[in-house]
Amino acid sequence: MAETQAPATVPFEERLPRPPMVLNNRSMSWITNLIAGIPEQKTPLWWYITIAITGSIAAFGVFCILYLLFTGVGVWGNNIPVGWAWDITNFVFWIGIGHAGTLISAILFLCRQKWRTSINRASEAMTLFAVICAAIYPGIHVGRVWMVWFMAPVPNPNWIWPNFRSPLLWDVFAVSTYFTVSVLFWFLGLVPDLATMRDRARSKIGKFCYGLLALGWRGGNRQWRHYEMAYLILAGLSTPLVLSVHSTVSFDFATSLIPGWHTTIFPPYFVAGAIFGGFAMVLTLMLPARSIYKLHDVFTWNHIDVMCKIILLTGSIVGYAYTMELFVAFYGANPFERFAFINRYFGPYWWAAWSMFTCNVVIPQLFWIRAFRRNLITVFFVCMCVNAGMWYERFVIIAVSLTRDFLPSSWGMYYPTWVDVMTFAGTFGIFTTFFLIFIRFFPMIAMSEVKTVLPEADPHYHPPAIGGTESIKEAHV
Amino acid sequence: MTAAAARKKTLGVIAEFSSAATLYQAAEQVRDKGYRFWDVHSPFPIHGMNQAMGLRKSPLGYIIFCGGLTGFLTAASLEFIPSSFLYPLIVHGKPVNFFTVPAFFPIMFELTVLFSAFTAFFGVFVMNRLPRLHHPIFDYEPFRRVTNDAFFLIIEASDPRFSDTVTLEFLEEIGGKDVTLLYEHD
Repeated sequence: MAETQAPATVPFEERLPRPPMVLNNRSMSWITNLIAGIPEQKTPLWWYITIAITGSIAAFGVFCILYLLFTGVGVWGNNIPVGWAWDITNFVFWIGIGHAGTLISAILFLCRQKWRTSINRASEAMTLFAVICAAIYPGIHVGRVWMVWFMAPVPNPNWIWPNFRSPLLWDVFAVSTYFTVSVLFWFLGLVPDLATMRDRARSKIGKFCYGLLALGWRGGNRQWRHYEMAYLILAGLSTPLVLSVHSTVSFDFATSLIPGWHTTIFPPYFVAGAIFGGFAMVLTLMLPARSIYKLHDVFTWNHIDVMCKIILLTGSIVGYAYTMELFVAFYGANPFERFAFINRYFGPYWWAAWSMFTCNVVIPQLFWIRAFRRNLITVFFVCMCVNAGMWYERFVIIAVSLTRDFLPSSWGMYYPTWVDVMTFAGTFGIFTTFFLIFIRFFPMIAMSEVKTVLPEADPHYHPPAIGGTESIKEAHV
Repeated sequence: MTAAAARKKTLGVIAEFSSAATLYQAAEQVRDKGYRFWDVHSPFPIHGMNQAMGLRKSPLGYIIFCGGLTGFLTAASLEFIPSSFLYPLIVHGKPVNFFTVPAFFPIMFELTVLFSAFTAFFGVFVMNRLPRLHHPIFDYEPFRRVTNDAFFLIIEASDPRFSDTVTLEFLEEIGGKDVTLLYEHD
């Protein structure tokens, strides 16, 4: 690397080459064997143990939901004034986590961030499972769950239609559209890889299932032509969609009059927070998967490094939003607003607000230092802090704002019950169980997309003269 | 295989290429020869292959636009017909006339995206004639590697310029390996 002697006319990319997306000159068949080999291998023991634990937690969560449905929302700690508590907190928490998947698959695709190829499949899957967990809560928190269909605009004998100008109805449309579009986008990306699984399958069941799901994909350029166009347009559609979903969620609060909710900063603040929390969850899931399945050459430290930078960026945006909220409360001269923020940081729930601030704003600042972005323990530690911090953020905004609004006579505290806690734990069980099933049966990294970022995928690629071709064309392992 | 299959109908000729770069150059030559019913198969979309094959941009975008427009109109009628005519719901004393239209935007946006996404998803499969779970090409054993690391070029027998001998020689000439005639199986 004789960078100093290079004349100034040498292009920037030659003086400072980009780090390779896939390390160690891995060949295409090596990538296929690595990733397709994961669902093909014998089910490991740890998988059975983990899914037994997460499945049990999920089952208990389902029991809690059934207990709620058969008894009533009184089994939760919700009360008046805190009518929205852990239910909506958890809803916003889970829907926020989903946003990272769509950001990686759509926005980074439009920005031509090629490093996304190693993580987009798993993140999109995470999105789907997080949105499933989120969608449970609005359904069950209404009390009379059998009336949920009233949210759908269908003609009914009462001739009552939903209020289309209500943010709660926007939310129904936004979340259901988001889930549907995410499923379509995820499955479209999965089809070429399912074809790989089909062509490699040895068992009859594998051949049948993967063959059915691959829909007869043949990888012809006349197919890729439409496929790429559809993928591009779906990415273009998902980009405003993902920004709209959390904006709409924030409208649920911002259009109300509660001090602490009624702020115009909410949509961008919520979206940044969603991406922030989502990236932390992607890393939380993918770092163990990377170690277990030895994905180090495909999911490299460079990938983790850029993801940490995004966490740092979005975490700082969130920190800016927290401080700006405080400033506007002070500068806006609205005594109720001012009180809401004094109460938030110094009231009975001060510990929640300070946990939020520490976990989301202070601790991610570690990522300014390169060594912390490239250390498994610090990265995992920060991600766990962010996961917790983002939950606290929603709790602080939603429940704490409700405990003390305008009239001191209507103030009240909120305490969760065991059903609250176990339902939330149950959604974690559902989330991880789905994710375990996903990594067991589907290729968790988009093989066809990772292959496009290899140097030899370029139609104008010339193999290096000395030695390079041998390592690239290594035989089937 | 060939002796028994020789009596059967020829489907086309297939050649394997060693890399994306050689496939790209081969595609340019096949295009320049004027073949029409042919395709290249690769494990991933090759950048610029549409030009190399002489294909235009996929028209899917126009179809998706129609889908999106349908979604927008569906949302508009779904919202305005009940809210303005069937059941004008007065909330907070706000009017139900056209000036409240911004409050209807989010659902219009969501349904536009939803319908466009469905059109994109089903459009790509309809345009690709999928699902088609079996295709004669799957009988050619080496073709299994197309989803792994192999690159193929196929010229179909239905092409007006196709000839068992000339096309086969042409593909060998432009660097194709294992050039094979594909026959119909019963």
